[in-house]
Amino acid sequence: MALKIVKGSIDRMFDKNLQDLVRGIRNHKEDEAKYISTCIDEIKQELKQDNIAVKANAVCKLTYLQMLGYDVSWAAFNIVEVMSSSKFTYKRIGYLAASQCFHESTDVIMLTTNQIRKDLSSPNQYDTGVALTGLSCFVTPDLARDLANDIMTLMSHTKPYIRKKAVLIMYKVFLKYPESLRPAFPRLKEKLEDPDPGVQSAAVNVICELARRNPKNYLSLAPLFFKLMTSSTNNWVLIKIIKLFGALTPLEPRLGKKLIEPLTNLIHSTSAMSLLYECVNTVIAVLISLSSGMPNHSASIQVSFSRHAHTFSLKYLGLLAMSKILKTHPKSVQSHKDLILQCLDDKDESIRLRALDLLYGMVSKKNLMEIVKKLMLHVDKAEGTTYRDELLTKIIDICSQSNYQYITNFEWYISILVELTRLEGTRHGHLIASQMLDVAIRVKAIRAFAVAQMATLLDNAHLLTGNTQRNGICEVLYAAAWICGEFSEHLEEPMVTLEAMLRPKVATLPGHIQAVYVQNAAKLFATVLRGHEGVPADSMVAQETSQLLIDRLPLFVQSSNLEVQERASCILQLVKYIQKLQQKDVEVAEEVTALFAGELNPVAPKAQKKVPVPEGLDLDVWINEPPSGSESEDEGRKSKGKAVFAKEESRHTKPRYTEVDEKELAKRREVRKAEQANNPFYIKASPSSQKVYQDGVGVEHIPVVQIDLSVPLKVPGMPMSDQYVKLEEERRERNKADKKKKKDKKKREKGEKGRRRRGDSGPESEEDITPAHMVDIVTEEMPENALPSDDDDKDPNDPHKSICWAPCVNTAGYGVDQPPLYLSPHPSLSLAPHLQVCDIQGNLQDGSQVVVSVIFENKCDSFIKSMEFNVLDSLNSKLQRPDGAGPHDGLIVPFQLPPGISNEARFIFSVQNIVMPQKLKGTLTFIVKTDDSSTHEKLDFKLHFTCTSYLITTPCYSDAYSKLLESGDLKGCSLKLEGVNQPFHHLLARICFHHHFSVVERIDSCASMYSRSIQGHHMCLLVKTADQTVSIDAKCDEPGLLGNVLDEIKLTFSQC
Amino acid sequence: MQFMLLFSRQGKLRLQKWYVPLSDKERKKISRDLVQTILARKPKMCSFLEWRDLKIVYKRYASLYFCCAVEDQDNELITLEIIHRYVELLDKYFGSVCELDIIFNFEKAYFILDEFLLGGEAQETSKKNVLKAIEQADLLQEAIEQADLLQEVRLLTDP
Repeated sequence: MALKIVKGSIDRMFDKNLQDLVRGIRNHKEDEAKYISTCIDEIKQELKQDNIAVKANAVCKLTYLQMLGYDVSWAAFNIVEVMSSSKFTYKRIGYLAASQCFHESTDVIMLTTNQIRKDLSSPNQYDTGVALTGLSCFVTPDLARDLANDIMTLMSHTKPYIRKKAVLIMYKVFLKYPESLRPAFPRLKEKLEDPDPGVQSAAVNVICELARRNPKNYLSLAPLFFKLMTSSTNNWVLIKIIKLFGALTPLEPRLGKKLIEPLTNLIHSTSAMSLLYECVNTVIAVLISLSSGMPNHSASIQVSFSRHAHTFSLKYLGLLAMSKILKTHPKSVQSHKDLILQCLDDKDESIRLRALDLLYGMVSKKNLMEIVKKLMLHVDKAEGTTYRDELLTKIIDICSQSNYQYITNFEWYISILVELTRLEGTRHGHLIASQMLDVAIRVKAIRAFAVAQMATLLDNAHLLTGNTQRNGICEVLYAAAWICGEFSEHLEEPMVTLEAMLRPKVATLPGHIQAVYVQNAAKLFATVLRGHEGVPADSMVAQETSQLLIDRLPLFVQSSNLEVQERASCILQLVKYIQKLQQKDVEVAEEVTALFAGELNPVAPKAQKKVPVPEGLDLDVWINEPPSGSESEDEGRKSKGKAVFAKEESRHTKPRYTEVDEKELAKRREVRKAEQANNPFYIKASPSSQKVYQDGVGVEHIPVVQIDLSVPLKVPGMPMSDQYVKLEEERRERNKADKKKKKDKKKREKGEKGRRRRGDSGPESEEDITPAHMVDIVTEEMPENALPSDDDDKDPNDPHKSICWAPCVNTAGYGVDQPPLYLSPHPSLSLAPHLQVCDIQGNLQDGSQVVVSVIFENKCDSFIKSMEFNVLDSLNSKLQRPDGAGPHDGLIVPFQLPPGISNEARFIFSVQNIVMPQKLKGTLTFIVKTDDSSTHEKLDFKLHFTCTSYLITTPCYSDAYSKLLESGDLKGCSLKLEGVNQPFHHLLARICFHHHFSVVERIDSCASMYSRSIQGHHMCLLVKTADQTVSIDAKCDEPGLLGNVLDEIKLTFSQC
Repeated sequence: MQFMLLFSRQGKLRLQKWYVPLSDKERKKISRDLVQTILARKPKMCSFLEWRDLKIVYKRYASLYFCCAVEDQDNELITLEIIHRYVELLDKYFGSVCELDIIFNFEKAYFILDEFLLGGEAQETSKKNVLKAIEQADLLQEAIEQADLLQEVRLLTDP
């Protein structure tokens, strides 16, 4: 035996140790793989030996090889062997190897449970420490479950070294085995006040991480953390606590107010940038949660932060923080514009992109031109197409945001777009083109200018298409050709443009662009004819133009693109015909122009949906009854057979088919809908159907202000947007001077009063900037008689929207501010000794579901757990229970309540009939736990679903409203309230608030109101008041619902 | 923290610590991607980058890159401090540390990291305490090794 051990240790001297291995690898740079494979063979031999020291050495080498990317999973069992060595030296190596090589699917982990448990309870604290460290890397759900208790005991170990590690590893255990959180939490909380700062900081760490995942449950710890925050000086701990508060404040705004002061103090006093950053982040979160806002604070924080921001690579974080502030306090960010613009020069692309994001949010009418000018400079400088493309899209985004809100001078914008076309190799030609089209179509006043610019573009098309790399940009020619053609009346020299559009080089462009060229050449041709007819001297010119087309078009007739070919041959024939007429001196201009008469207007994306269905048209009814397959054959045979004798008979059979009952119809409708959904050729309403040609009728009433332009329209050559910037600035100056003059005049007139007015020379406010020309953006067209509910996004019955609706259980879906649905306007639930269900709010999900939010508050001094919520269902209203639960089972409330804590739970009810109010009885059972005992308690309550709660505030416009009343579908009912001595607007507000109506129109002491039920019933009220008497005339298509709502309105007013 | 990687300017991995369970394949892919991304960045760029849904914080010390991945809400600056603190610890332990120290004593580098971070969270914020714990564990290891040696010598001399 002895000899064997000695022999082992002598062998060891000849084995490679880790250092030798590393050195060897470094010396075998050429054949590393081969060297390592021999090493692995050696290691395999070493692992076969009994000597634990040899094994540990081998495992250590394997750990190194694992890092280099070699698979060592085959040695997992050897690692476990080394882990279970009784000697610390080897155990340490073993656990290290395990923590590096094991993961959840390593099967030998199962074998380690007992070994780890033994190590955890080892008298040597370093054994325990090594086991804990290792465990933190490879803990599996099974290990967590089996060892949770052992680790929990270690949390109260005498040595802080172990306590600290045990506390930290508990977080990993909670993640793998969540059930352990509940029993371990009290002890964890205790550790927040551990005498050892290391343990304390570990506990703060764990609780902060837990709270980030589910802040609600940790609100009760806020006072304790507040104390820690004001007393601790450890920055690591402070950062964690402040982060925790950042997660808590959105839930409890009062906390935010309390935090602002200590946080601002920290910001001003700390020298640690990381702490400062964390404070700023949390303050931002606080400011967001306090809707009122505190601009002063944010400004001061801003300054302190940006002061550092340009000293270091903290720029990035500064920009990140600013973008958060921008959402709530745009003004305070705008003052740092220059700083942000500087960041565009940064070498780091991520900083530049952040800065771009910020710029998007901070443009205003005043600074748009300046910012875009800077961006244009960067476009020129930028290296690499990705970043340049990013800049390009950002420029267009910035300019076009909110319907061109910030553009005061569209000439400038057009010239920016034209300048952008000079970019090499951009992919965004299409984007520029669509902007050109959009602006030219929607801003009438700019058309003349745009046409002139586009003509220049067409003339210089070779610059855009010359290089094959620049293919993307030729898309703008599509826009240019179309604009020149469509608005050709603005062209100064249509002949020149026409010639440019028919150059042989055009044939190299993509097909869809050529097609537009050909079509618009025809439009130009019409314009030329119109311009030259009637004057005998010019008839030559007209004929020359025809000849030009006849000469050039055959090139396009030969095009391989079908569309080009078809259009070209059509137009060629037309021109040939015109030429014949011209030779006979017939005036054709008017007729040719008529081909392209009418103006194109933008159509709103929603327009299609808004077309009202004409009265008496039911789209779901068959126009011609389709005979079903077998019967039609039958009939066919019959009629064939009998046609010889009598026609009447075959006709006689027809009425049979029209007598299809309702059910059958519904079924067929479903089938058809399904078919349409799957049919790619069935056109559904889509944004692509936006633009349609229209008759000239209906254009005139679009409010477009005719303007006289104060800026010269013709700029020689390619325009520079800078010129427009300068012109615009001059104009603004002029405006300002004019205004000042006026004001001075006024001042003199007003004499004494005028003196109080200073600030005239102060900075120009946003409102002072008037647009260059009263450019009126042509509003998108809506069909005539469109139902004027502009916010159909809010329409919960819209089948397209319900998909988004479903998951939004909490406050109303996607940002629509909808007041909560009060199921019981006044808390009608009885008070229990221990528990108060103090608020019920509902929110509707679809036509048949109501969501009830219940706040549970524990008002007693004991712990409440195992709450079970149950409601006795009625035929009409049912509590939705999980699948598999019986109709009388209660729902388990998913939380427990420590004393003084409240929490909210939501329950979904399905409701069939909304005509009648409902009262549901329910019980809440729960266990009250005191120090020495626990008792089972029960609380009865009633849920009151009023009819009002089924109403949704829906805006309605007066013309739709009157149409609704005229339709005659609604049944009337009226109500008189005596002795109401509130002002009329209070009264209306009350009805709006409590009963979810909206005011349609109000004239003096008379108002019309509207609301809609979740199932789509319309409800209209006419409220009049005179001498403390209020009369309400109401109409609704469901008289029962109306009666109940009126009763509820009466009740509301009797209670005040 | 999700993981920490140390790698050289040539892209060789020198140390890796994973605090989230991932398979070897994923680990390899992630470290390859990150090493490439970071080495491609120029010296004056900022130390943070967004990568998948994580934030990467890295810093270069001499020829070694230290790189950590943290979650979205984590504080980038404190992560930089963690990196710096770790470098200081290595420096104190090895006495002006260099890349070779970490290559040849890679297990020691791990032991130090394990005393400093546990499960991806800072475990001990005092440098002194971390070094003390390491020293004591080393002492224990030496004592065991010496005892082993003595035992062997006794066996040899006293058959």
